[in-house]
Amino acid sequence: MFKGKKIIVFGDRDGVPGPAIAACMKAAGAEVVLTVTECFV
Amino acid sequence: MYDPVIKACSHVLIHTPSFVRYGSKPSREIDDSTTPVLPAIETHLRSFEEAVEYPPNQVFIGNLHPDRLNGIEQPWYRHPVEDASRYGAYGEIMPEEEFLGLMKLADDFDLMWIEKESAPMIKKSLQAHPFWNNSDLGKIDAAVEMARIHDKIENQGSLPLYCHGRIVGCMHRHHEKDDALKAQVLMENLMAKASGALALTHLLKKSDIRADEIDLLLNCSEEAVGDRYNRGGGGLAKAIGEMCGCVSATGCDIKAFCVGPIYALVHAAGLVKSGLFNKVVVVGGGSMAKLGMKFKGHLAKGMPILEDVLGGLAFLVTGDDGESPSIRMDSIGKHDIGSGSSQQNIMESLVLKPLDRMGKKITDVDRYAVELQNPEVTVPAGSGNVPLTNYRMIGALAVLRREMNREGIDRFVLEHGMPGFSPTQGHIPAAVPFLGHAIDAIKRGEMNNAMFVARGSLFLGRMTQLSDGLSFLIEKNPGRKAPN
Repeated sequence: MFKGKKIIVFGDRDGVPGPAIAACMKAAGAEVVLTVTECFV
Repeated sequence: MYDPVIKACSHVLIHTPSFVRYGSKPSREIDDSTTPVLPAIETHLRSFEEAVEYPPNQVFIGNLHPDRLNGIEQPWYRHPVEDASRYGAYGEIMPEEEFLGLMKLADDFDLMWIEKESAPMIKKSLQAHPFWNNSDLGKIDAAVEMARIHDKIENQGSLPLYCHGRIVGCMHRHHEKDDALKAQVLMENLMAKASGALALTHLLKKSDIRADEIDLLLNCSEEAVGDRYNRGGGGLAKAIGEMCGCVSATGCDIKAFCVGPIYALVHAAGLVKSGLFNKVVVVGGGSMAKLGMKFKGHLAKGMPILEDVLGGLAFLVTGDDGESPSIRMDSIGKHDIGSGSSQQNIMESLVLKPLDRMGKKITDVDRYAVELQNPEVTVPAGSGNVPLTNYRMIGALAVLRREMNREGIDRFVLEHGMPGFSPTQGHIPAAVPFLGHAIDAIKRGEMNNAMFVARGSLFLGRMTQLSDGLSFLIEKNPGRKAPN
């Protein structure tokens, strides 16, 4: 689904953290170019 | 040796509306915005009375149980607590003018000047406080003329200090070219020291031990005391201990983002259990940087800026006394480097693994204290209800383990969780504001145990993508006699 796509991952500590999203994106064939997690509290 | 106990605790708030402008988010917005931000902030600040009457603040200092918030209609700021007191079972809510005096008492380097006409007001306020009414407040008397304060602000990088809308002093830098010693950083550090000292003073008054019996202090404040060669080098633990007369103690600072207080308590328990130290204080002062962090959301919703308080905490960890709740040393839950970063991985590490080790089910824990941020602060800014999310995740794990049905999650949240009541002060909401309530409920026989689960955002420092977490369980003291 994401094959050939470059992905920027923006995660939330209290939601879904960046590395977890990045793992899913990679499994779906995407190239993850940046992964960042932020804390909103 | 039996497991260590948490013998006493204190939780304090300091109402600092005039410092909201110096919070990280407000100060950046004031500098960068094309529309005037400061007047909007000033018209949305609360009075001291409003901060005292605010139901979550009354929970924080121990005058209301967290469950009582379930019965108070939201928004809570529109439903003040009648006959609210600034003093509570675990501490107090201190007004700004008293705190300015306390900051000056904490100032060993003449970093802070108080203006001459304001000095009597500040001194009188602090003298009226039961802890400082017989103290030497000479430092406050050494006040200066307003003209000198203006000169420092205009020409030498000092920052004005305000109270009730007027300049009452200023904070200096201590080096022209050291960012770690500029006025804003020193103000932040001094506020952490003074609020930590307030929490420790309450702890010492509440417990029946003298300051000179403490042999170790662990500071878990969110600051970075140091200089340009060693930013965050530390030293606040001993600075706070010195201010409170802990002459027999040494100390150091423990840093772990928001999970700092839990790490500090676990360190304290381990050091007491090992016999290296006997009476260990964990103390954390407030975070100026977090003041007004969600103010834009509050302004957009036409509500008062609720992040107008600093928080402070202190805990006394000792060997078994036969009555205080024990920290179970086999209950420590840790988020290993290789654990994975999904919410489920994290909660499995922090909750399930320790429960399995102890042979307990999720529902065997009477209460879980998680990140306890007040949702009334976070939801209007789009940051969600953090405690509720965590409780639902723990409930979902109980469903996965077939300890209860999916339909039981809401009831689980109500019975084993609690509404968030802590200001968004970073380390302060990290589960530990429930310790006072938990200790008392366990001592009264209303609860057998409580688990404390906190998370830390290591990734914010940009050295790793990892997050962090730590947990422990306290339980009713079995009341055994100490072994000889």
